[in-house]
Amino acid sequence: MLALQILIDGFAISSLYALAAVGFTLIFGVSGVLNVAHGGIMVVAALVGWFVAGQLGFGTYIGTVAGIFAGLLMAYATYFIVVRPIERSRAIPREETEIFILTGTLLWGIMIEQLMAYTFTDNPVTLRPLIGGVVNIFGVRTPRNEILIAAVSWAVIGLLWLLINRTQRGKALLAAAINPRGLTLLGFELSRIYLLVWTIYGLLAGIAGVLLASFLGVASSNTGPLTASAFAIVVLGGLGSVEGSLVAAYVVGYLETLTAYLVAPTLRPIPPLLLLILVLYFRPQGILGRR
Amino acid sequence: MKRLSRAHLLWIAVAVVAAAAVLPFWLSAYLLGVLTAAYYFGVFAMAWDLLFGFAGEVNFGPTFLIGVGAYAAGILNSVLHWPMVLCIVAGAVAAVIGGLLMALPALRLRGPYFGVITLVAVLLLQYAIVIFAGITGGEIGMTVPDVLSIDANVNYWYALAFLVVCAVILYTLSRSALGLILQATGQDAIEAQALGFNVTKHKIAAFCVSALFSGVAGAMLVFYMGTASVDTVISIAIDVQVIIAAVLGGRRTILGSILGAVFLILANELLRPIGQLNTFVVAAIALAVILFFPDGLLGHALRAGERE
Repeated sequence: MLALQILIDGFAISSLYALAAVGFTLIFGVSGVLNVAHGGIMVVAALVGWFVAGQLGFGTYIGTVAGIFAGLLMAYATYFIVVRPIERSRAIPREETEIFILTGTLLWGIMIEQLMAYTFTDNPVTLRPLIGGVVNIFGVRTPRNEILIAAVSWAVIGLLWLLINRTQRGKALLAAAINPRGLTLLGFELSRIYLLVWTIYGLLAGIAGVLLASFLGVASSNTGPLTASAFAIVVLGGLGSVEGSLVAAYVVGYLETLTAYLVAPTLRPIPPLLLLILVLYFRPQGILGRR
Repeated sequence: MKRLSRAHLLWIAVAVVAAAAVLPFWLSAYLLGVLTAAYYFGVFAMAWDLLFGFAGEVNFGPTFLIGVGAYAAGILNSVLHWPMVLCIVAGAVAAVIGGLLMALPALRLRGPYFGVITLVAVLLLQYAIVIFAGITGGEIGMTVPDVLSIDANVNYWYALAFLVVCAVILYTLSRSALGLILQATGQDAIEAQALGFNVTKHKIAAFCVSALFSGVAGAMLVFYMGTASVDTVISIAIDVQVIIAAVLGGRRTILGSILGAVFLILANELLRPIGQLNTFVVAAIALAVILFFPDGLLGHALRAGERE
């Protein structure tokens, strides 16, 4: 029974991790940006969703939409206030752009965290489940909301797959990841493509944030750990590899759930970190990454 | 500060140190305490600048080295009752071992990959301290029986002297052949190797030197405060502050880090009245510096001087 419980709980949390990490890896793959403010964007979506739904009394559904919208706005803000000015700055040498973006988004993430703590306090908040009730799966009582979260996560990832592989704009994204200069020569505006990536990213992070709030609850102090876990998943899977991130999300999700159930809940974050070090040491490009 | 060249820098530095040395006669014990902490912070940031600015290692875990030094010294003092000086030496040794551990992946991994490892190292150290709460004091922290001095002035002079010694050594190193080779390695490791430099050896040396200074500074900070806790020497918040201080002051300047650290700690104190928002404002200032003066305060001034 415990095994099944771990299987089900692990699946839900892993799906959510996958959703949160896919956007992160997409941005890196297409524009080479490592957005360390990632956790902050998820937290904003979660807290705004909770505020609109509960405190303003608009209900869970409007709250969810508001939260996702807030995530999108934060993604745009990150791009226009921090990332784009650094990319375009002439005072910053080309080879150091990456490091500047890392430091810049790190600071931006801290600003978001502090502002959220100031506005909404540091207490964890929980969004009310989108659907109530419990179902019995072979004797394991599972909240319907947990199933919904896994389903929504996969539906969104599926839509993303369709967008990238079956539409022209999506294929342009893929091309930008492989050869940005070639794409420009074909008459595509790179800045438009980047904007599209950040839009997709904002929506993904927003949805993930809101779902997380209705599953485990979110506090402003989660900013750092959320970024760290997304970063760990993405690096574990191979930077820029979407499939790798999906695999890694399940590895991390299940490893955490196993630790929480079998060893101690407080030790939950440790095994994935150790695994990350081991994998990076023996296979620096990650599970499915390219060099 | 229009025509600031490196030759002027020496005289300015001497004047500043002299002025700083007589500050205890004017300032309150409270402000001296703030500056004392800032000086140790300056050493943290300088040691970080050597690795990041010169060797080009994306080290997101300066507090790993600092924490190892601080806790090694603290535990030896509080559990085994070793004398303070021995504890500081032991802390330095422990930090250098930590530095070697960090250098190992740095030889294989590059850029963001190494950055993740260093961040993970900080998190793991933090968890280890919580798990072994029996001897480390866990989340609350531990108290060490010995302190450097109970006199605020003496503590201040200790910190200042330590800062000056570290600054002279690190600055000299950075202007020496080692500094140049590190810089070359950081910009293009393959080319540096082709020119006949032993990249591995120099990288390991950089890690050891950075770890040595971080460790000693961490250990001294513990004996200055009389306590060691995750929140004062290891947490991600401190980690980020070290990085902010060095970037604010100007990468690849070593001395700029001191400026950044003093500015950062003073700004934190001055902004205390606005409460929770103070970290927000400090981060915003740092972000603005990165966006508008990517060379940092000292780097910007130096560059303006060179152009004229």
